[in-house]
Amino acid sequence: MAKLMFTKTHEWILVDGQKGKIGLSDYAQKQLGDLVFIELPALGAKVAAGRAFMNVESVKAVSELNCPATGFVLAVNNDLEAAPEKVNQDPMGAWIVEIEFESLCDCLMSEDDYKKLIG
Amino acid sequence: METIFEKSKKGKRCSSIKPLRVPTHTIKNKYTRGDLNLPEVAEIDLVRHYTALSNRAFGVDTGFYPLGSCTMKYNPKLNDEAANLPGFTQIHPSQEVETVQGCMEAMYMLSEQLMEITGMDGISLQPSSGAHGEYLGLLLIDAYHKSRKQTGRTKILIPDSAHGTNPASAAMAGFEVVVVPSNADKGVDIDALKALVGNDTAALMLTNPTTLGLFEKNIKEIGKIVHDAGGLLYYDGANLNAIMGIARPGDMGFDVIHLNIHKTFSTPHGGGGPGSGPVGVKTALFPFLPNPSIIKTKRSEFEFKFLESSIGKIGAYYGNFGVYIKALAYILTLGGDGLKESSVMAVTNANYLKKGIADLYPTEKGRHCMHEFVVSLEDLKAKTGVSAMDIAKAMIDRGMHPPTMYFPLIVHEALMIEPTETESKDTLDNAIKVLRELYELALSNPQALKNAPATTVISRPDEALAARQPKVRG
Repeated sequence: MAKLMFTKTHEWILVDGQKGKIGLSDYAQKQLGDLVFIELPALGAKVAAGRAFMNVESVKAVSELNCPATGFVLAVNNDLEAAPEKVNQDPMGAWIVEIEFESLCDCLMSEDDYKKLIG
Repeated sequence: METIFEKSKKGKRCSSIKPLRVPTHTIKNKYTRGDLNLPEVAEIDLVRHYTALSNRAFGVDTGFYPLGSCTMKYNPKLNDEAANLPGFTQIHPSQEVETVQGCMEAMYMLSEQLMEITGMDGISLQPSSGAHGEYLGLLLIDAYHKSRKQTGRTKILIPDSAHGTNPASAAMAGFEVVVVPSNADKGVDIDALKALVGNDTAALMLTNPTTLGLFEKNIKEIGKIVHDAGGLLYYDGANLNAIMGIARPGDMGFDVIHLNIHKTFSTPHGGGGPGSGPVGVKTALFPFLPNPSIIKTKRSEFEFKFLESSIGKIGAYYGNFGVYIKALAYILTLGGDGLKESSVMAVTNANYLKKGIADLYPTEKGRHCMHEFVVSLEDLKAKTGVSAMDIAKAMIDRGMHPPTMYFPLIVHEALMIEPTETESKDTLDNAIKVLRELYELALSNPQALKNAPATTVISRPDEALAARQPKVRG
């Protein structure tokens, strides 16, 4: 069964076997405001746990997303290029990147712990 | 409102001349362009168009303009009078130096004054903006390390509260950016800094006071950590207005600085005029300054000096000359004591305003601010749904320019307020009254703020739509 986990930098990862879909938390999209551009990584790009791997741009700022796991990019959600607002509308539904990972970041926490963190 | 292009009617002219009594030539078609689509209007249409536009613009000559980190102080008209003197305007940068000695002396004087104010050993006036100055400063740092065969110094450390231009300039200059986190006091986290410095550190870029309007008390220790690792210390002069005549970046240990003379030294900016971002250096970096620099000879004449070791030119000719005259006029008008007093008043005004709203608009507790302060409306937003943006928009209806919003990013729902020294107590009292009323309105009738501004031609542009689907042609 897929398992949902969060980083303290407000990314979520839905883990299923050695694959994981990554998105932005509701808290993060609220803080960022309306997203206007999502710079998706290249397919096959190597990603490292806890390291920045892509940018999102909102009306307020450009922000880096940190990868919750080490591996490579398996798929990207191309719909978001034309419609980045989907992340604002449904942050937990609109996955951004899917990766195949070797290892997950030690920093991941459960949904309950994440909710405590953001208060 | 129609654009000047929409007002255009074929054949209309601002002026017409009588038929000439001398032979005329027609320029051959192959030398002309028919596709420029220049507007054709009568003089009265032209004047009305631009007068209407100026009526819709807001500047420091219109009203209170507390745009944090931008130092929108009043620009005395005396500065413009000086810059408009024919000796300063009826010249060309390619003229022989013997014929522009006065202009060269003015640039030399300004350089000397800026070095004295900042405690630096050399200066280049060339850069035409703050970011341009940052870029030059970083190129100088790179040249310095490379001249010492330190080719592995590729990283620039930048605090997470820094201006966005700092990482952008570092990346432009070919460096890798490393972010230094803030500590609980919103200063540089010393332990984190110690862990990040190394033999790959080129420099640390710092603004002091910081973007939160707080003085970085550990600056000496921070400087030592960076210098011990072989790196340099870079000063972003954005907030110099808080410390003129009181503390000098050169004495704090900074090796390279840039100034925003359009902010601190009162020359028009923000649509009002070109910027100017001189870069000051300590002796060790002097050889790399852009060519040419101005020197004074034994016979009190002024010459351009070209150095072999220079990184070259950074802009056209000698930078924005008119801005230098305005800044020099400002410095000479105030004198050393006056500059110090203006910094004291800038800090006093910011603290007065902060104190007047602190019970409603929470800010960094337990410390006086410097020339600006940052409030967070996170609680108000949670309680009422009214955001920092809504308060800022409502200020427009009350005759004020909004403060800087949503910056620095480490403060949520931020408003960054910098009143500057040129505002009177009456203006500050009115701002306090308005901000308090807006807070009460947020509690009693949040929707009223959501609809602001109501007094402007356009209320709220859809920023997200404009960014997602930009329409760049008519």
